[in-house]
Amino acid sequence: MRQEGLLQLAASRLIGLVPTLLVLITISFFLIRLAPGGPFDAEMAAPPEIRANLEAKYHLDEPLLAQYFRYLGEVIAFDFGPSFQYKDWTVNELIARGFPISATIGGLAMLLAFFAGVLIGVFAALRQNTASDYTVMGIAMLGISIPNFVVAPLLILVLAIYGGWLPASGWDWTWQRGLLPVVTLALPAIAYIARLTRGSMIEVLHSNYIRTARAKGLPERTVILRHALKPTLLPVISYMGPATAALITGSVVVERIYSIPGLGSYFVQGALNRDYTLVMGVVVFYGMIIILFNFIVDLLYAWLNPRIRYDEGE
Amino acid sequence: MSKPVLRVQDLSVTFTSLAGSVFNRQERQIRAVDGINFELFAGETLGIVGESGCGKSTLARAILGLLPPNRGRVMWMGDNLTELDEEAMRQRRKELQIVFQDPVASLDPRMTAGDIISEPLWTFYPKMARLQVDERTRGMMKMVGLLPNQINRYPHEFSGGQCQRIGIARSLVLNPRLLICDEPVSALDVSIQAQIVNLLQDLQKKLGLALIFVAHDLSVVRHISDRVMVMYMGQAMEVSEKERLYRKPLHPYTNALMKSVPVPDPKLAAAARRENWLTGDMPSPYRRPKGCVFHDRCPFKVKRCEADVPPLRRMENGDRVACHRAEDLDLSVVEA
Repeated sequence: MRQEGLLQLAASRLIGLVPTLLVLITISFFLIRLAPGGPFDAEMAAPPEIRANLEAKYHLDEPLLAQYFRYLGEVIAFDFGPSFQYKDWTVNELIARGFPISATIGGLAMLLAFFAGVLIGVFAALRQNTASDYTVMGIAMLGISIPNFVVAPLLILVLAIYGGWLPASGWDWTWQRGLLPVVTLALPAIAYIARLTRGSMIEVLHSNYIRTARAKGLPERTVILRHALKPTLLPVISYMGPATAALITGSVVVERIYSIPGLGSYFVQGALNRDYTLVMGVVVFYGMIIILFNFIVDLLYAWLNPRIRYDEGE
Repeated sequence: MSKPVLRVQDLSVTFTSLAGSVFNRQERQIRAVDGINFELFAGETLGIVGESGCGKSTLARAILGLLPPNRGRVMWMGDNLTELDEEAMRQRRKELQIVFQDPVASLDPRMTAGDIISEPLWTFYPKMARLQVDERTRGMMKMVGLLPNQINRYPHEFSGGQCQRIGIARSLVLNPRLLICDEPVSALDVSIQAQIVNLLQDLQKKLGLALIFVAHDLSVVRHISDRVMVMYMGQAMEVSEKERLYRKPLHPYTNALMKSVPVPDPKLAAAARRENWLTGDMPSPYRRPKGCVFHDRCPFKVKRCEADVPPLRRMENGDRVACHRAEDLDLSVVEA
């Protein structure tokens, strides 16, 4: 019965994704065409015949609607087309090259942020309104406020240049090169999750069933872990869905500073160069990832809270 | 008479709140429970009544150490509960249990009825066999009038009355000696109230529990109690044997409470309203009256009431009252 409820929920959500994606594709397709300039404007020197040849090759000479439906057909087959800028690459290949790197850094950062943030938040909540609570939350506020383009150079300066313990930038799949970007990405998320957790935990600890748990004679540790933690995590989980999606698709700034060939850098390059297919590919891919993570959040919610399981038939 | 199982002595709970701006911080204190004394015998039921905010729930929680008291002792089987460390108090919770006011919110919504009821078992007896836990849980469900096959349902799948039955089953699963019911029926429909009160009464007789029943509904308290304590602004106004209290209250406040019980007959209701002299609200707990806390609402007050705090003194028949004029007032209630 309960499993069925979760499966039904999953199925209905998956069907609901189709129109969302369609709207996303449509809007971004026409928006990028509205932007002034085109993919081959940098090659103005090229004679009109060559230009016309190029446009014909990429079907840019067709009516816009025809291009749109052609693109839609390709996307359904998971083919994002050739990149206009990176001449020998398809967008699929570019994503396949950049995404694993971005996803690794972002995923590790989120993992770190989740455990560190929840731990700090619970610690602060259990010492509510004491000096240690205020200290930890003050630091967390700093962590949220300081932008990563300040944190990253500082980390490089201290740990790489002065200390010489870590490489300053670059990417080669070793932990030494991964550490700084992961920490840079994780810091604001740690701070945010810590504050969310603290607030949520304090609220939960005041609820009646926590009082019941104490009255039952459970040790305080059990009260926290078995009864208070799950509901405390609800707001954290809903924050983490979109936040994870944003992190694993690559942070433009952080990837730039650490010279990491991730997905984020393609996004900027594509937009600047009016590389229609690359921008579209990254946007649609990003959209799918966001939708996927929101979907995971919904499932986690249902798991954490039996009251929103969609099993009304009883 | 045998020795009391529970002896509450001078128990006080004070809440501190901060008022004023950052530069002009003032600590304001509310004496929610103010020097309460009473005894409870095995198998006895003590009702505690009073208006909202009189401190009756706070008292209930302070007795069980769910709130830290500022002063006083809670003597349970020879131990002062207020001095026990966390672990020792935790062990005592096997004997001391409580049923809460809001039956639905008091159950963890993420646990099944079975898990809620059996959690104390596997906490205190981790080696108990699964089968035995299951059997005991189903037994408890049957005892409180739930169907054992509802064991895997979640609280939101039960009605309010059923949730309170889960709460009762949970509180009794470890065979406690003392059960405190903190307004267990005030959130329920009247028809369900009677069922739950009767259930509690039956269980008390069957299990020989000492029971403290907190409520603001006088008729419910009358139904279940042996003795009744009337509270006002954190203090005990009167502690009397039930029949005597309802026939001839000793304290003017008790009398006023009884007159404010709604009368179903509209003709009689009008007369009852005229006769009910208790007006206004309790004074702000920040500005508690000098002398007797009730004097500014009391039509029988004399000079002395404004200056001297009346002690809770024992009358000839064993009842206790905190009123200077208890002897010369006749507050008998004529019952319809």
